[in-house]
Amino acid sequence: MAVRVSLFVTCVVDQLFPQAGMATAEVLERAGCIVNFPEMQTCCGQPAFNSGYRDQARAVARHFLDVFNDAEYIVSPSGSCTSMTSHHYAELFRDDPQRLEQARRIAARTYEFSSFLTSVLGVEQVGARFPHAVTYHDSCHALRELKIKDAPRRLLANVQDLTLHEMDAAEECCGFGGTFSVKFPGVSGGMARTKIDSILRTGAKFVVSLDSSCLMQLQGALSRAGSGIRTMHLAEVLASR
Amino acid sequence: MSATYPPTIESTMADPALQLAVYTATGRLIAKRKNAIGGDLLPDFEELRTHANALKRHTIENLDYYLEQVERAVERNGGKTVFCRDGDEVADFVLNLAKERGAKLIVKSKSMTTEEVNLNERLEHHQLEAVETDLGEYIIQLAHERPYHIVAPALHMTRYQVADLFTKKLGVERETVVEKQTMIARATLREKFLAADIGITGANFVVAESGSVVIVENEGNARLTSSAPRIHIAIAGIEKLIPRAQDSAVFLKLLGRSATGQPLTVYTSFISGPRRARDMDGPDEFYLVLLDNGRTKLLADADKRESLYCIRCGACLNHCPVYRKIGGHNYPWVYSGPIGAIITPQFAGVQQDPWLPFASSLCGACAEVCPVKIDIPRILLELRSEVVEGKTREGSNRWELLAFKLWAWVMRRPKLYEAFGMLAASVAPSVESGEAGPRWIRRLPGLMNAGPAKAWTSERDLPPPPERSFRAMWRERTGTVRH
Repeated sequence: MAVRVSLFVTCVVDQLFPQAGMATAEVLERAGCIVNFPEMQTCCGQPAFNSGYRDQARAVARHFLDVFNDAEYIVSPSGSCTSMTSHHYAELFRDDPQRLEQARRIAARTYEFSSFLTSVLGVEQVGARFPHAVTYHDSCHALRELKIKDAPRRLLANVQDLTLHEMDAAEECCGFGGTFSVKFPGVSGGMARTKIDSILRTGAKFVVSLDSSCLMQLQGALSRAGSGIRTMHLAEVLASR
Repeated sequence: MSATYPPTIESTMADPALQLAVYTATGRLIAKRKNAIGGDLLPDFEELRTHANALKRHTIENLDYYLEQVERAVERNGGKTVFCRDGDEVADFVLNLAKERGAKLIVKSKSMTTEEVNLNERLEHHQLEAVETDLGEYIIQLAHERPYHIVAPALHMTRYQVADLFTKKLGVERETVVEKQTMIARATLREKFLAADIGITGANFVVAESGSVVIVENEGNARLTSSAPRIHIAIAGIEKLIPRAQDSAVFLKLLGRSATGQPLTVYTSFISGPRRARDMDGPDEFYLVLLDNGRTKLLADADKRESLYCIRCGACLNHCPVYRKIGGHNYPWVYSGPIGAIITPQFAGVQQDPWLPFASSLCGACAEVCPVKIDIPRILLELRSEVVEGKTREGSNRWELLAFKLWAWVMRRPKLYEAFGMLAASVAPSVESGEAGPRWIRRLPGLMNAGPAKAWTSERDLPPPPERSFRAMWRERTGTVRH
């Protein structure tokens, strides 16, 4: 029986990088899923949570929980937003037993896109072709909160004609950090440039990650530096033929 | 929108020599740590971290018991425990003792706890000379700076800067070879060791059961400091207790590796009181000063008291991409880096430097390497919400609060959210087409170049808005209409 997946595309993908969301849906469908997009969804609440505005974060989080309450699986093209719902909602609702229980129940069915492919569907070969040299950026929340390190690399390794060039600073933060990027623009930009130096050393032409927000930071800094290197969401690479 | 952070952050960022020095030095420490853990060398490193966390948790949860136990043990060994509420009490104790014993010169080994209470300046104020004998500490004492790093106080200084400093302060010929610089310091410090009346050390651990002070170091100066002078004073925060001597095995395996990538430091001393009848050497008097200075306030906070587990290894500093950019001196207190960012607001109050918990991308590298598994990002998030609560009470964040309230209101109304998105996309400047699609935006025109957008484009280009949002594309694809 086909797996029914509710897509949580995140507000960043919805508003700024819709192609990453479309690619996510395509790859999931090719892997045999029935994909739906609950149209009432907006944001996970992370911007407010990370800025210290917990009441506002809770209000948006409750909306998320209500929208996805009956979903069989929730899959998101973002490690950061997945971690917000599956890890930090517990913190947010620690004094609200009912919501806490709901958050835990939903968290158990929530997956980041690449780990859903490999660990739930058992798919590592999606039939993609991408004839380019790429390097992979470990986004912090995927790596450290969700412990996703191998899944995207295994998926990339099976893409036809793709060569993966690991960078020395793959696990170093790109400097985005949500509101950090505009509260401390100089520090954030400096972190991006350090990361870019590492990317340049690989000779890769594409930077791939599973978080569009990291890629926005990196592409923004690459574009500012006049570099021709492009960023691409993992789903877009996996959807290429 | 912009947080009022120290303007010196900008000058640190704009100093390429300093940036390189800090990045290289921390990078070297990262590599050394990596080589010292995991694999065949220490396969159970992760289990050790879990064990250390459990030991610290147990000790901190039962600190009252262990404090009484250590006091009895120190007395049994012939020493005396002195409990000090704050830096004034520490200085008073040292000054009174020095006066009673007619002491004129103090030698010190590296101790962040004494840096925390500015002990040297307090003593100097009363004409009591205290000389740092750890090379890095000696350098920054000569330079009148505070430690740049918890483990490597002079991490930011190059050997050329040290050469200039030595010439200026010690009147020696300019010497840029590190080994020779060490010999210069050594010659000066030997005289001090021989003449000193009191030796002050810190303590990496204090064993409650035996009353022993555990000190790790590489230069041998702490061993000299604790044994050459007639009087030894060990100064430690109350959180430095561990229950039993065998527990030190867990921490010693973690500390050297996490700090400098050493399986063990060159010297590890267990000091249990003053010289005994059959001892060859050692001090006549031993004092253990246990400092509170706000620690009991942290202890009272169940949510954040794990901040007290810290063993001051500095690994979180080395791995922190923010520390590696802004360096140690832009942090408001002697404790810098991620650990400084969580303990400073708890000691001084969150409103003192409200920017501090926000100066993090929450990347989590600190928690990943912490040998006692302090969840630093979680505590940063707690502190952020405390800063906001405080500001909300005093009404100093009205615009930001209003913005988030409006944002949360819109985010619960999907149609409004979509309308706002379309509005934003419609006012965005038209974009040129490049080879690889529409070009990114260098800056927004006119009045739109303000607030977060301006901050963003000060460093990076902005993504051009897509023709349609995901939800619009999805509707088209599935042939559904907007409900």
